[in-house]
Amino acid sequence: MAIVYDKSKGLTDVELHFCPGCTHGTVHKLVAEVLVELDVLEKSVGVAPVGCSALSYDYFNCDMQQASHGRAPAVATGIKRVNPELVVWTYQGDGDLASIGTAEIIHVAHRGEKITTIFINNAIYGMTGGQMAPTTLIGQKTTTTQDGRTVEHSGKPLKMAEMLATIDGAKFVERVSVDTPTNIRKAKKAIRKAFELQLSGKGFGIVEVLSTCPTNWALTPRDSLQWLRDNMMPYYPLGNFRTPEEDE
Amino acid sequence: MAKGKVTFNTDICKGCELCIDVCPVNIIVMDETMINVKGFHPATVNDMEKCIGCGNCAITCPDSVIKVERF
Repeated sequence: MAIVYDKSKGLTDVELHFCPGCTHGTVHKLVAEVLVELDVLEKSVGVAPVGCSALSYDYFNCDMQQASHGRAPAVATGIKRVNPELVVWTYQGDGDLASIGTAEIIHVAHRGEKITTIFINNAIYGMTGGQMAPTTLIGQKTTTTQDGRTVEHSGKPLKMAEMLATIDGAKFVERVSVDTPTNIRKAKKAIRKAFELQLSGKGFGIVEVLSTCPTNWALTPRDSLQWLRDNMMPYYPLGNFRTPEEDE
Repeated sequence: MAKGKVTFNTDICKGCELCIDVCPVNIIVMDETMINVKGFHPATVNDMEKCIGCGNCAITCPDSVIKVERF
């Protein structure tokens, strides 16, 4: 009897605190599986953000560091520069990366730091109670946009992957989703490529993952995945925006 | 057709039902005869004979509840 799937050794036995159906758990699994498959778990250091995934240092079976809000890329830069042999990665949400941490992520890409970033885009602030994020869609209702986000008041949602792909130091930029088993497998491949880029020392890699927030979207987990397909995917198209091969 | 076997770590299931939609043979249901320690009806399989061991449910489960074997 062959094991098709079992919990990754890259995760601890701690139960996830995430809400039922939250895709943070899915992405945690993918990162852990990739670290195990590349055989770098023992020498990897993850940097946890502020937000729902702040407690991810309890879940990954590797060394972790907690950063201030939005500053995970800066902390990761320090770790990587002092210990270049380590595999350093950040795991950040959209409130963390696309709002308070915009400066850090742009400059870490600009400098071409040899780190990997996993960026969770669920179009809302999760932990703080469902406020509007820079990635919140036009018309989307949140606790701070109760009639829906408008362009006049808040501008259009920020497309981080497209923006970072224009920066020369960012060598791998891809947007993936975790709404179906097929897309989850594709997401894992993208995360693997981003880590392989770091191992080859070519530059900065980021994978943006379209995720759900059933609690703050006020939808069931199953309806949330459909909402993601219907509303997020048209505005945030999946695909690769930059590969290291393009620059060679 | 390959045969599969699915086991659930019932205590940590949060009853999100995401595994139900991705099962190609539609054998996953929420067990309404029991409530786990978290207070949810956990996922279970109603006809293990039909399982093909594709692993879709386990890949999708955010909480690593499911283990899949194939023979």
